[in-house]
Amino acid sequence: MITVGVDVGSISAKAAVLRDDKLLASGVILTGYNARQAGRQVFAQALAAAAIAPGQVAKIVATGYGRNSIAFAHKAVTEITCHAAGARFLDKTVRAVIDIGGQDSKAIVLDDNGKVRDFAMNDKCAAGTGRFLEVMARALEVDLEAFGDLSLSAGKAAPISSLCTVFAESEVISLIAKGENRANIIAGIHASIASRVIAMTQRIGICPPVMMTGGVAKNIGVVKALEEKLNAPLIISENAQVTGAIGAALIAATL
Amino acid sequence: MTSAEKTIDPDKERRKIKADKRMREIMAAYYIEAKTPRAQRGKPIAWITSGGPVEPLHVMDVIPIYPENYGAMIGASKMGVGLCETAEAMGYARDLCSYARADIASATVDGGPIGGLPEPDMLVCCNNICGTVLKWYEVQARYFNVPLFIFDTPITHTVFNEDMRRYVTRQGREYIAFLERVCGKPFDYDRMKIVGELSLRGQELWQQILETTIHKPAPMTCFDAFFHLAMIVTLRGTQTAVDYYEMLLAEMKERVAQGIGMLPEEKYRLVWDNIPIWYRMRWLSEKFMARSACLVADTYTSGWTGWLPHADRNDFLGFMGESYARIFLNSGTDIMAENILRMVKKYDADGVVFHSNRSCKPYSLGQYDIQRIVQQKAGIPTLMIEADMVDERSFSESQIETRIDAFIEMLK
Repeated sequence: MITVGVDVGSISAKAAVLRDDKLLASGVILTGYNARQAGRQVFAQALAAAAIAPGQVAKIVATGYGRNSIAFAHKAVTEITCHAAGARFLDKTVRAVIDIGGQDSKAIVLDDNGKVRDFAMNDKCAAGTGRFLEVMARALEVDLEAFGDLSLSAGKAAPISSLCTVFAESEVISLIAKGENRANIIAGIHASIASRVIAMTQRIGICPPVMMTGGVAKNIGVVKALEEKLNAPLIISENAQVTGAIGAALIAATL
Repeated sequence: MTSAEKTIDPDKERRKIKADKRMREIMAAYYIEAKTPRAQRGKPIAWITSGGPVEPLHVMDVIPIYPENYGAMIGASKMGVGLCETAEAMGYARDLCSYARADIASATVDGGPIGGLPEPDMLVCCNNICGTVLKWYEVQARYFNVPLFIFDTPITHTVFNEDMRRYVTRQGREYIAFLERVCGKPFDYDRMKIVGELSLRGQELWQQILETTIHKPAPMTCFDAFFHLAMIVTLRGTQTAVDYYEMLLAEMKERVAQGIGMLPEEKYRLVWDNIPIWYRMRWLSEKFMARSACLVADTYTSGWTGWLPHADRNDFLGFMGESYARIFLNSGTDIMAENILRMVKKYDADGVVFHSNRSCKPYSLGQYDIQRIVQQKAGIPTLMIEADMVDERSFSESQIETRIDAFIEMLK
């Protein structure tokens, strides 16, 4: 059976095509202004990559912030449930998930069967999310893709204490004005994200093995900062960004 | 046929609580009397905190007015943001309780759904609900230039000892002396007995109403309780409240007998913690209803029945101080957690929804610990919603919807 998961997030839209338990293809595009359009487009893109015709798709599940705007999906399921299912599919040993997406970050604890036992999400604030990194990349005039590697060359992470994106941005600007090394500032930004996320993981009590999912998992600097504070390695799949979409496709197979 | 008639859904009609109409009439009459000019109404007005000892006011023929109840009305009418902004422009911090901000602002601009509360002749502040009320009532005492009585209740973390009992009992006497002075007449102790009995009777009835939701399907939800609560808060100690609650209880019993639930389908039973998100009552109620989740009980509305176990019917004034000091909000995290665990068991709940209320610090402070205790001891999922009771700027719809959905997915 062929199923598709469509994950429309605040920054990017993802789709994954599964045949039974095998990932055939996935796609990622920017969500932009029109979530509905992005969902349709990424769905078509992933199907084309998998060389599957729309008629062959048995079931579709939508997830992410735009989940309720995907009219062609058979069901909408939250990204919390989908990330848990996707993470478990990518690695059977996973007991906890840290997902850092565009506008929120979450920690999820799984039970023995891979079901969500508890979760925590950031409160309504962009700090500790992908959007936070985007704002910082703009302030530092660095390509976001380069953030991870640059931070690894930092001598010492610059302290960034503000919990708010806007205030943290002014902190970064004043660090720039003081002539602080760029790599150190980026390392400081990563450390501040990690602190916020770790506070959430501690609240719900996660234990390893922990998988990190979401687009920010591609940033090696954030990964390292999290691992340091967690005192444990993170499992990062090459499909980290499409984990939610994979989970949605898996749930679609159970409908 | 008019378009309104066309849309009537008989099943929905059947589920409606019929007493709602009477409730609205009583509350309207209460505010109309209070808003009548002083010369015509005769009775003085006291503003009092929601958990304050109101019964002696009824004995003295003083109309009690509750700025917190008005805060809830302001929130429910979605007028909270405007008034909060007014208060902020006056210099009050956004971190201050939104009831306090709404009330302080409303007093200066005659704001809110009834164009401001009638001016007080005195203020009665009991700090059993929070510390904010002390400064809030001091501000209002200065603004209106009226006498203020502060009833200080020590926090009952786990035990209530003899020193505390003496301390609050003495304040009860000082309170009566204050009322005699301000009203210029002696306190009628015989009438106190009647009012005290009515207060207890009202609380007992309210408790029985809340307990009808033990039945499956629940004849009402906590969203209904949030509405019908206004009576026990504002008219506690009156025959009106007793009569109304007798009527409501009869209706609830009838619903139970006929098997009429508030939800078309009751799949999950949940407990709510903290003050309602007044401006999103309908939205939340519909969200949960669409997911067949019934909020069968809450820690908030039962907060006005908590002193029943300590009641001595023959000596209302003797136990009044203790009762007011021992309310849920004036206790420690352990007692609060035990209370929720008891409710989970009593109402056979599948989960607990916590509203982390930015305004209400004493209610929200221990919630993460309570959440963990509930998960460990009851072994059921919990949900934390971050919002505010009146200030809509602290509500993020898509975030909260995602959390509710994920929580329901966990219950399955």
